[in-house]
Amino acid sequence: MNQAEPTVRFTRAGVVRGARTTVPIALGVAAFGVVFGVLARQAGLTTAEAGLMSGLVFAGASQFVALELWVHPVPVVTIVLATLVVNLRHILMGAALHPWVHRLSPGERYGSAALMADEAWAVTVTDLRAGGGDAGVLLGSGLVLYGTWVASTLVGAAAGAAVTDPARYGLDFAFTAIFLTLLVSLWDGRHDVVPWTVAALVAAVASWGLPGQWYILMAGVAGAVTAGVLRG
Amino acid sequence: MAAVTLATRWVGLWFLDRFPLPPRAAAALEAVPGAVIIGLVVPELAGGGPPEWGAAVLVLLVAVRTGSLVLSMPVGMAAVVVLRALL
Repeated sequence: MNQAEPTVRFTRAGVVRGARTTVPIALGVAAFGVVFGVLARQAGLTTAEAGLMSGLVFAGASQFVALELWVHPVPVVTIVLATLVVNLRHILMGAALHPWVHRLSPGERYGSAALMADEAWAVTVTDLRAGGGDAGVLLGSGLVLYGTWVASTLVGAAAGAAVTDPARYGLDFAFTAIFLTLLVSLWDGRHDVVPWTVAALVAAVASWGLPGQWYILMAGVAGAVTAGVLRG
Repeated sequence: MAAVTLATRWVGLWFLDRFPLPPRAAAALEAVPGAVIIGLVVPELAGGGPPEWGAAVLVLLVAVRTGSLVLSMPVGMAAVVVLRALL
């Protein structure tokens, strides 16, 4: 860990900075939101139901998984369990933020954490690591992503089947580009090599060998455990 | 779905409010962001082909040089479209 973490603030400037940093990311999110809206319609949800799912859950991966499981009658228990598994990584993500935000008020912490999407969390950690010192970034980023996600879901659902092939514009590569760029900023030196390599190997093997989204959580745990073990 | 997802977003914060963290655990948590993002990216790339790999290299180059998401993302998307057409 860095030496004593400086007290992190929670300011409007931070919120704005988080929002601004997230705008290019929002484009990629919008593309996925539209796709989700279209698929939701095809699975039998109404536009309103699709919008509601995005508005209440706000977790793309688990929402797509839920759609794959969506038959009538809706298998509630299966979907809830699948959602839990897919979103378990949020526990790690929240825990990773704790050292910086633990002195903020519960309202600030839990309020912004409620909107902690993968990209918002990644943007926030990158900013905090660079010395930004402002957890408002999480809220700003989360709000931009939330608005984009819900709006694009509604657009996709309303547009129905009339959607162009996302791959034609490289939109399906948008997230990869985003996450690669964030990795570069997160790189903290040689001590990252082994944990990251372990995470990469576990992710590759687990995504091939295990069903669903387990591989994300496993890669996170594997990398974390490796780093902990190596910190002798 | 909503309740469960919200719970996963809050549990990490809540847990650490109550239990302090030894240095090894701190080092482990510090590695989480990179490890999770790698978990998100690697299978994507592994499931792709030369166009995606080439575009990924380009994204990394732009990111290292400029540190700018606004540049690296469009470059990556354009690169993947071009490479898919060529390869």
